[in-house]
Amino acid sequence: MAGNTERTTLEAAATPPPAVLAVVETILAVNNIEVVYNHVILVLKGVSLEVPKGGIVALLGANGAGKTTTLKAISNLLHAERGEVTKGSIVFEGAEVHSLTPNELVRRGCIQVMEGRRCFAHLTVEENLLTGAFTRKDGNAAVKRDLDMIYSYFPRIKERRNATAGYTSGGEQQMCALGRALMSRPKMILLDEPSMGLAPQIVEEIFNIVRDLNAKEGVSFLLAEQNTNMALKYASYGYILENGRVVLDGEAKALRENEDVKEFYLGIAEGKRKSFHDVKHYKRRKRWLA
Amino acid sequence: MLGPILETLIGGLMTGVLYALVALGFVLIFKASGVFNFAQGSMVLFAALSVARLSEVMPLIVAVLIAIVIMVALAYAIEFLVLRRLVNQEGIILFMATLGIAYFLEGFGEAVWGSDIYKINLGISKNPLFLFEGIFPGGLLIDREEIAAAVACAILVAGLAIFFQVTRVGRALRAVADDHQAAQSVGIPLNYIWLIVWAVSGIVAIAAGMVWGSKLGVQFSISLVALKALPVLILGGFTSIPGAIIGGLIIGAGEKLAEVLLSPMLVKWFDLAGGGIENWFAYVLALVFLLFRPQGLFGERIIERI
Ligand SMILES: Nc1ncnc2c1ncn2[C@@H]1O[C@H](COP(=O)(O)OP(=O)(O)OP(=O)(O)O)[C@@H](O)[C@H]1O
Ligand SMILES: [Mg+2]
Repeated sequence: MAGNTERTTLEAAATPPPAVLAVVETILAVNNIEVVYNHVILVLKGVSLEVPKGGIVALLGANGAGKTTTLKAISNLLHAERGEVTKGSIVFEGAEVHSLTPNELVRRGCIQVMEGRRCFAHLTVEENLLTGAFTRKDGNAAVKRDLDMIYSYFPRIKERRNATAGYTSGGEQQMCALGRALMSRPKMILLDEPSMGLAPQIVEEIFNIVRDLNAKEGVSFLLAEQNTNMALKYASYGYILENGRVVLDGEAKALRENEDVKEFYLGIAEGKRKSFHDVKHYKRRKRWLA
Repeated sequence: MLGPILETLIGGLMTGVLYALVALGFVLIFKASGVFNFAQGSMVLFAALSVARLSEVMPLIVAVLIAIVIMVALAYAIEFLVLRRLVNQEGIILFMATLGIAYFLEGFGEAVWGSDIYKINLGISKNPLFLFEGIFPGGLLIDREEIAAAVACAILVAGLAIFFQVTRVGRALRAVADDHQAAQSVGIPLNYIWLIVWAVSGIVAIAAGMVWGSKLGVQFSISLVALKALPVLILGGFTSIPGAIIGGLIIGAGEKLAEVLLSPMLVKWFDLAGGGIENWFAYVLALVFLLFRPQGLFGERIIERI
């Protein structure tokens, strides 16, 4: 497949790989997918990625790179946008996503927190959380227990539980949206730009909670972010998306040390700033090919 | 003088209950799916025909239960045959689809149930009540059936309110009304929600059809009340359930009072023929609202913040 030939995978040369790494199971595998909107606009041109069970993986890239499209393809929400996966496959825990409805996917433990939070504005914060439990069949007591669990992770929204969600702050809404997803007892959360429009300390608070949830509840995360710096601090692996293709991937540490990533995504230039075209040879070629 | 005006007011409010019920069906479907359901009036007609014809051969209560089954089955058919296939289409396409459903239902209803005028007998005495005889000479004349209908509608509306506010499905319905994509992302199946709102609208249509049918007989003109529901919606706001109810009552009472109070003035001051105000009052009121308060009395406040 042409889309993959120029992809660069970085090896973390400095650290020898730990011995246990070989047996890590994959919870989500995206194999070379293409996505077309409105039957004509080709947006993803062969994207492949993997999320290990219990991992946090970052999906990075600038505006319009295709991060949201990738996440919506995984959670099968593209239909509402008149988008369609035309090639490749997506496998979540051994099941083809293509043949599942969003409802079945949530039941199986894969849920998305959409870009822009998308809380139900006229419902209270607590009602928002409860809608996340819609697919569950394990009774009110279990739901109530999880509600308390979520309030213990997000004490901020516990205070605001009876407030109309539309009138809470951006940070509270992000917590509400994340909590709502957690109410479905997910194995994996697709988190789309949690940092969008939030103050740095709130972003940090949210990322810390993500790390906590990952460690304590064993939830795997696929994290789409423009905030590369932040995302690579918390993720263990990252993919960089440009123009609907993965152009670079590797261990988070290796990505953080990569010169191109530093220059174009982290805003740290070493020495004289190189010209965009010099560095991004692969990118420029692709643009013409696309 | 006050006695007759009060009687007119009460009669108007009763018509208003009917408008409110039709508008309520509209609002439910519009909120949950953004579909402007032109077929609401035809659903009322179809429901009324079902109850009327079934009750000829069985007790009323059984007829109503069977009518509920019929309306739920109809909701299922509409969801399965039409809505599911038109998902994500433009609003105007869905509107055209409901136009098709409207005319199909009218014709189908006639084919199945016949096209005469039928009666629905609620089994309530036709002798009117005279209330407050001490206050008004001769008392206020009120239909027992109207009181029963008002009470039944109040119970129906209260039941719906509880359903929406406290149940899991009701909450999911409100979530879909707010943001259907986000609702889908947390695993709420839109098809199922549409099925529920169409079924609930069908049941509301039964109530409306019975009130109308017992008063004026079940006939084709019932489907035209849907047109009166339009100004009610503009008055109350397309997404507000309390708006539909209060809007219905205001228009029902307003047009009857206007007829009684305004007509004589027109005749006296402008030497006009008078009359007919009832026919246009609702639309002019709606027009005034469109000009000065387009979101209606209770149109949902749009929450905007970043
Ligand atoms: N519904 C749609 N119809 C047509 N094109 C679309 C649609 N949604 C997205 N696109 C296009 O697909 C491309 C990728 O968009 P996408 O939203 O996936 O990017 P993104 O990486 O999430 O960007 P951002 O960081 O701005 O959220 C963009 O060029 C966008 O214009
Ligand atoms: Mg995006």
